[in-house]
Amino acid sequence: MCLGIPGEVIEFLPDQPDLARVEVSGVRRVINVGLLADEMPEPGEWVLIHVGFALSKIDEDEAAAALEFLEGIGQAYEDEIAALAESRIE
Amino acid sequence: MRFVDEFRDSDKARALAAKITGLCEPGRQYKLMEVCGGHTHTIYKHGLEDYLPEQITLVHGPGCPVCVIPMGRVDDAMALAAEPDVIMTSFGDMMRVPGSNGSFFDAKARGTDIRMIYSPLDALKIARQNPDRRVVFMAIGFETTAPSTAMTVLRAASAGLTNFSIFCNHVTIIPAIKAILDSPDLRLDGFIGPGHVSTVIGCRPYEFIARDYGKPVVVAGFEPLDILQSIYMLMLQLSRGQSVVENQYSRVVPWNGNLTALKAIGQTMELRPYFEWRGLGFISQSALKVRESYAAFDAELIFQVPGVRVADPKACQCGEVLKGVLKPWECKVFGTACTPETPIGTCMVSPEGACAAYYNYGRLTRTRVKEAIRS
Repeated sequence: MCLGIPGEVIEFLPDQPDLARVEVSGVRRVINVGLLADEMPEPGEWVLIHVGFALSKIDEDEAAAALEFLEGIGQAYEDEIAALAESRIE
Repeated sequence: MRFVDEFRDSDKARALAAKITGLCEPGRQYKLMEVCGGHTHTIYKHGLEDYLPEQITLVHGPGCPVCVIPMGRVDDAMALAAEPDVIMTSFGDMMRVPGSNGSFFDAKARGTDIRMIYSPLDALKIARQNPDRRVVFMAIGFETTAPSTAMTVLRAASAGLTNFSIFCNHVTIIPAIKAILDSPDLRLDGFIGPGHVSTVIGCRPYEFIARDYGKPVVVAGFEPLDILQSIYMLMLQLSRGQSVVENQYSRVVPWNGNLTALKAIGQTMELRPYFEWRGLGFISQSALKVRESYAAFDAELIFQVPGVRVADPKACQCGEVLKGVLKPWECKVFGTACTPETPIGTCMVSPEGACAAYYNYGRLTRTRVKEAIRS
């Protein structure tokens, strides 16, 4: 819960408003991008994800730096990714 | 120093540390507080305090929203989970928080239907898939997660779900900071502002700290260099007698926050008149509850919760640690009766808690050991 993780937007789900497929550390999952209604990300852009919701857009450099940092955190990050991998919101 | 090699950009860190040291007034002690579990984690993991001059102490405030939930509320959650047709859903870090009769994890081992989820939207899905059961989501966290809960309630409402509710334990960061500023126990010089909470609330809410209490605030990113740079910015303000809010994490945090998120919270939730925080006591207007218009999604109205106030175990000094009055190693039961495997209080249960962070990383730093011996 604690970690904001960067993910790359892959595509939007055509029949489901506010849902997008993202890729986080090789894991592809669906998250909700409704909180970014004012600045909807495009596929290829990066977002900061907390508990299945995109909280803000970030640029690719920041995403890479954040990922490197998170991978250094170890267990807590692994747990977060494992939890995301279990998530099936669609 | 143990972590130097593991720390990329350690040259930059040392350069910042030198500048920070240069800004210290001779003979003056500085206490800087951070209120974000992520910052606590970074500080301990990279031994950042060892880069700082002895005059500067970093104090860890109540940045862990799991840690501040009083035992009585955990008992309420356990009571909800025990209802025969309920599926309780919870984030991972809540699973091991002890109430009077064990934790979610213990109850699950005894057969109670408690499911660990990543997102409140997973709980919504479980509700859709189990129309004959009632799904309760244990909603915790500061303003970082409140928007997600709010959006989930809105989705539940528009889908017309009748078997989904939340047990709302969201807390707000500003009243907690204010309570600490008003506390006679502690004299602070500045604040390292939380990272992700600020993506939602922005930087304006911290302005009262600078304006009314004269303490500078710098909203910081999570990397070691972010934190060191933020400390440098705070020390610069202090050396100039300034007190304003600055945003070191502007690459992620917008000054005005996320309006959509704030609107979602405002639509579905409102402030409770008061709420009990573990260690800090009752604080007014410091927590959220579900608005009347969304009462159908409020577990506290749908179910009976005991609502009993439970005092912390006598040995537990989480309160003082959360306020930053005690360092983790100063707690009488730290590392002995209270460890991550056998936690007594929530500072040790949650990986973001100051005690867990220190236990897992801080103890290994030689300087820490020296300091512990000295104090």
